[in-house]
Amino acid sequence: MEQRKRPLSPHLQVYRLPLTAVVSVTHRMTGVLLTAGLILFVLSLAMIQCGASSFNAMQSFINQPFIEFAVWLMVYALFFHLCHGIRHLFWDAGESYDKILMNYYIILELFGSVALTGLSFLFVQLGAS
Amino acid sequence: MAYKTSLAKARGLGSAKSGTKHWWMQRVTAVALIPLSFWLILFVQQLFHASFHEIKQWISNPLNLILLISWSFVGFYHAALGLQVVIEDYLSPEWLKITLVWLIKLAFLSGAISALVFAIRIAISAG
Repeated sequence: MEQRKRPLSPHLQVYRLPLTAVVSVTHRMTGVLLTAGLILFVLSLAMIQCGASSFNAMQSFINQPFIEFAVWLMVYALFFHLCHGIRHLFWDAGESYDKILMNYYIILELFGSVALTGLSFLFVQLGAS
Repeated sequence: MAYKTSLAKARGLGSAKSGTKHWWMQRVTAVALIPLSFWLILFVQQLFHASFHEIKQWISNPLNLILLISWSFVGFYHAALGLQVVIEDYLSPEWLKITLVWLIKLAFLSGAISALVFAIRIAISAG
């Protein structure tokens, strides 16, 4: 006798998450990551108030290429969280729920966060002279 | 107990009390953090490229000092509210939730106060 093909429930590991879900999870992860950034911000103030030698040590530390890259990743996380946060504010106001436009808004957020990070990078390089 | 309806279980436990304030303050701080985040890039520029003397002068500028202290308090407030939601969503033991949320609130308040003290000390030392 032939075995009847039973329906399978979608398994989380094989189920491809929609873009909206990925962005939603990323919003939380960047939020937690930025908390660490906030603590680093206070640490940098602590280094400045300690005096010139500790400030200079910190400055040469963050100017190492790998650390500098990590700082810019953090800035990207900030702008991603900011852009998706604005999206949440629109949602709270009862706007932008159109299903067909969901992915379009995500592209807009991603483009916006990359552009803001790039502009900030250029702006910070202006101070290098 | 297992046969009770959801309503019967909830009865007598009181209202949720302060949920609206949490939700609302998360949004209020979010709006305030939009302009403050752009200001933060100016601070990052100073961190990377200013001399010790320049960054002290920059922080002691009243506008920068006000924005720096605002960023610290509003940022830590927003972070505490956000982490509270993450903790409440992903941890199940009630005692652990309450303890961690309180620890985070205390730690973040200390963080903001530290930033305030450091910033004022820097501004005073700049003369």
